[in-house]
Amino acid sequence: MPPLSIMLWLPAASGTVGALLSLVLRRSDIAGGASGDEPLERPILSAAGASALLGALATLGLAIGYIADYSPGSGLRHVTDVVWIAELGIHYKLGVDGLNVFLVGLAALLFAAATLAANLRRWERPRFFYATLMLAESAVLGALLAQDLALFVVFFDLMLIPFYFLIGVWGREPGRIRATLKLVIYTLVGSLLMLAAAVATGVLAAQGNGGHITFVLSELKALPLSRSSQEWIFLFFAAAFLVKMPAFPLHGWLPDGYRAMPIEVLMVFSGVLSKVGAYGFLRIVLPLYPQAAVHFQTLMLLIGLLSILYGSVLAFTQTDARLIAGYSSIAQLGFITLGIFSLNPQGAQGALLQMVNHGLVVAPLFFIVAVLARRAGGSEDVREMGGIAFRAPLLATTFLIVAFATLAMPGSSNFVGEFMILLGVFKAKLAIAVIAFAGVVMASVYALRLFIRSMHNRVGAGVDSRDMRLRDGVVLAPLVAVIIFMAVYPQLALKRSEGSVKTSVVGAQAAATPQGAPSKQVVELKRLEGSTRAQVVATP
Amino acid sequence: VNLSGALLATAHLKGPHVDFAALSPLIALLGGATIVLLVSLAPSRALRTHGVPLLSLAALGASVGLSIWRWHSDEAIVSGALRVDDLSLLLNYALAAGGACAVLLAWRSRAAHETQHGEFFALLLTSIGGMSLLAAAQNTVALFVGLELLSIPLYVLCASELRREHSLESGLKYLIIGAVGSATLLYGIAMIYGATGDTDFATIARALSRGGLASDSLTLVGIALCIAGLCFKASVAPFHQWTPDVYEGAPTPVTALMAVATKVAAFGVFLRFFDTALIEAHSTWGPALAALATITIIVGNVGALGQSSLKRMLAYSSVAQAGYMLAGVVVATRLGIRATAFYLAVYVFMNMAAFAVIVARERETGLGDSIASLEGLGRTRPLLAWPMTLSMLALAGIPATAGFSGKFYLIDAAVSGGYTWLGVVIVVGSMISLGYYLPVVAQLWMRGASAGEHAPPPPGGPAPLPHLAGGSQELDAHTPIEVSLVALVAGAGTLFFGIIPQPLFELVHGAGASFPGLF
Repeated sequence: MPPLSIMLWLPAASGTVGALLSLVLRRSDIAGGASGDEPLERPILSAAGASALLGALATLGLAIGYIADYSPGSGLRHVTDVVWIAELGIHYKLGVDGLNVFLVGLAALLFAAATLAANLRRWERPRFFYATLMLAESAVLGALLAQDLALFVVFFDLMLIPFYFLIGVWGREPGRIRATLKLVIYTLVGSLLMLAAAVATGVLAAQGNGGHITFVLSELKALPLSRSSQEWIFLFFAAAFLVKMPAFPLHGWLPDGYRAMPIEVLMVFSGVLSKVGAYGFLRIVLPLYPQAAVHFQTLMLLIGLLSILYGSVLAFTQTDARLIAGYSSIAQLGFITLGIFSLNPQGAQGALLQMVNHGLVVAPLFFIVAVLARRAGGSEDVREMGGIAFRAPLLATTFLIVAFATLAMPGSSNFVGEFMILLGVFKAKLAIAVIAFAGVVMASVYALRLFIRSMHNRVGAGVDSRDMRLRDGVVLAPLVAVIIFMAVYPQLALKRSEGSVKTSVVGAQAAATPQGAPSKQVVELKRLEGSTRAQVVATP
Repeated sequence: VNLSGALLATAHLKGPHVDFAALSPLIALLGGATIVLLVSLAPSRALRTHGVPLLSLAALGASVGLSIWRWHSDEAIVSGALRVDDLSLLLNYALAAGGACAVLLAWRSRAAHETQHGEFFALLLTSIGGMSLLAAAQNTVALFVGLELLSIPLYVLCASELRREHSLESGLKYLIIGAVGSATLLYGIAMIYGATGDTDFATIARALSRGGLASDSLTLVGIALCIAGLCFKASVAPFHQWTPDVYEGAPTPVTALMAVATKVAAFGVFLRFFDTALIEAHSTWGPALAALATITIIVGNVGALGQSSLKRMLAYSSVAQAGYMLAGVVVATRLGIRATAFYLAVYVFMNMAAFAVIVARERETGLGDSIASLEGLGRTRPLLAWPMTLSMLALAGIPATAGFSGKFYLIDAAVSGGYTWLGVVIVVGSMISLGYYLPVVAQLWMRGASAGEHAPPPPGGPAPLPHLAGGSQELDAHTPIEVSLVALVAGAGTLFFGIIPQPLFELVHGAGASFPGLF
């Protein structure tokens, strides 16, 4: 396989080259009639769009190559390690392992789908649009691939700038600029706290290392911080990641932000960016701050639980189809948080699988919402939809598959993910797992409600039922195919991620058990505890 | 006999040895000022309006060239009054870069025209000479001379748009406040002299290290007054009140010079004075400066929110940035000095890009420096919009811009020096700052972008609009090439040093080397 840097920078390069190319050709600068979600009658192939699409597809090809190439149990592969800033100990270190290889694949897939969808529409200032979109892909891939704490922070913050433009320039009225500002400030506030925490991690670790400062994750892992430092640093990182996901008390940017985004941007934003936050917990927080993770376990589990309940309740009271999908994401990410902070390999692995699953599900869901809106006179309100399935069997089938996957129907990969998460939480905190089960039920309520109100019921007043066009199918078919594939063969992800997830969780797991040689009583207690837990798991 | 004895003594009396080679960067600046003044007497109009700025650039270039020649030399000159080391030479580069940008921005400005080019540029060069002197000062007398040499020309330059009320007001305000600041500083210096019996930084440090003097009330009052005096110059809160008014009223090229070069010089002398002379009293002034830094960061960032004048916004932003840089002084380590010097270098690029765009828009739109003058620039004038965007993102500390590395380095220094909480304060300040930097970016790219919201300006140049206070009303349909050049070079530098900061890190590496008391 070629070095990771090629995959990382290929999107940005293709976007820039495309922009320059079309600047030379001077053909893509279409005047006027650009906004609106109505796709073109006949797609126009602009040099910028074509180049971006080629780049995104090539990136997807490389990402699939890395997945195929990765054998279960092997550690960090394809490592690139160059000193970037010697004075600060920052390395440009990239690598793939079981933790990120599937998320890289997910990011590449969703960006390719979004670029394809974008190509079927007319954009104002296309050069700028595609260059920004592709820069966003590079930044996201960089955050996923980075194996250096400072490099991760750089890419994590950088990710947001392209989205600031994508939403602010091409977003939907009303309130586009205000929503963008809110979103960016919310998420950057978290990121900046993380910057301080990351610098502190490097500097404090250096004090135990003879003053030699480094930010390489593998080296930092060998230099554990004191418990008190871990705790405040943990909170700063958690703030950054929870805002990005978003989790319950920190989701204030979501409604306006999601409403303002163009659908192609929303696909990748919701599908990929939220996962980077959750991924950060597994890649950075659990290995580097294990004691703090144990200390705040209950808090994080509660946040996860509240996200599930809050997201679900709002998802089945909203009427804006976009927001139904948006709030369902909060609930799904609540499950992922639960899995991660069960602090055992099963839960964490379930969380990782669920990250991929959720990304695969939510992107087509948003796309379908846009397709539905075009059949309901441009409205995304479910009250004005209804009866669309009447003359649209293909659309209805596709939507049904996606909806079933969203509600974690047994047989879908989401079912496997949620099952493993709940299994993990059962072992950690029984009460929370019991309540979290309600979330599974609620998922079926909101997913089916969205489906029924839009596809069945009485035909809405402005509804013009027609099946999806070829150009919608081109975007949806590959995504649905991957959903089905994952449902049939989730072991693909499970086997490859097992080893890496274990190494990520092992520190926190060890910290959860009492230090030093356990006294007889403790051993006895643990044995008892273990047997009661086993019984509890066996009973249902 | 007496007479012959006196004669004999005179014969033996020798002036201090002056190392002209080491002094040459300063001589280039002050000599350049003299030549500029003489050339401006020439009858030829072209020579006055174009020859004089060119000569000023040449003087600045010569100063940079001579600084490069002396690079890595570390010597005390003029009886130990000045020190030519990596720090002063590095700051010299930054000062000359800032000065060159100011000269280019002022080239065809109304201010230079109204004051006569010779006087304007000679004052500008003299002021930069004062800054250069300040950055090398090794005793309190040189410090004070440098400070006055830098300030007095600036008072005049602020008022150089003779027919505009705001410019005159700005000059007067700066004069009064600056005089108060200088007087306070002088009091402080006198008290420290009284306590320690010397003006030389190294001797003051030695005196302070001897029993109990560092906590003597006379010394403490002296230190407090010195902090206050220097904080006036560096616009550190609560001594910053003059900054927004003066920045807004002064002609924009002069504002650019004040925002960038004055800050470089002020922090140069902060590092010199506190990390050499007062290093023994670090435990007393460290926490005080840390508290000032915190106040400055909060006040600057909050003050900048909601400003509609770009120059006022940048004035408050420069207050906030001063707070960030103070963190490098507070810790009193070599790392802190390097971080501050790094940030100062980066700061020149970030601010010059913004000021160049403001100058360009002032001349084109007649909206003055109102934020509205930037509307839709991303579509109509991408070559101006990009530098402004990069500048705003860099000032906010976004990765892939030089501002990020600078902030990273400062936080690194703060945490290493045991001031972790100050690192967090820097970060909190950056968060607030997003609230005023990002709307500028939105103004550039996002307003007027969606179809039908606003019509683009007619191609034949915008219609003249009523001017707002604070703008230098130089209506000109075309942006002069040199202004665009400054914007582009500074913007490109911001981006370049964000992605490849290594050269800049190597440049500042030796900056802390000549501070004996630091580790």
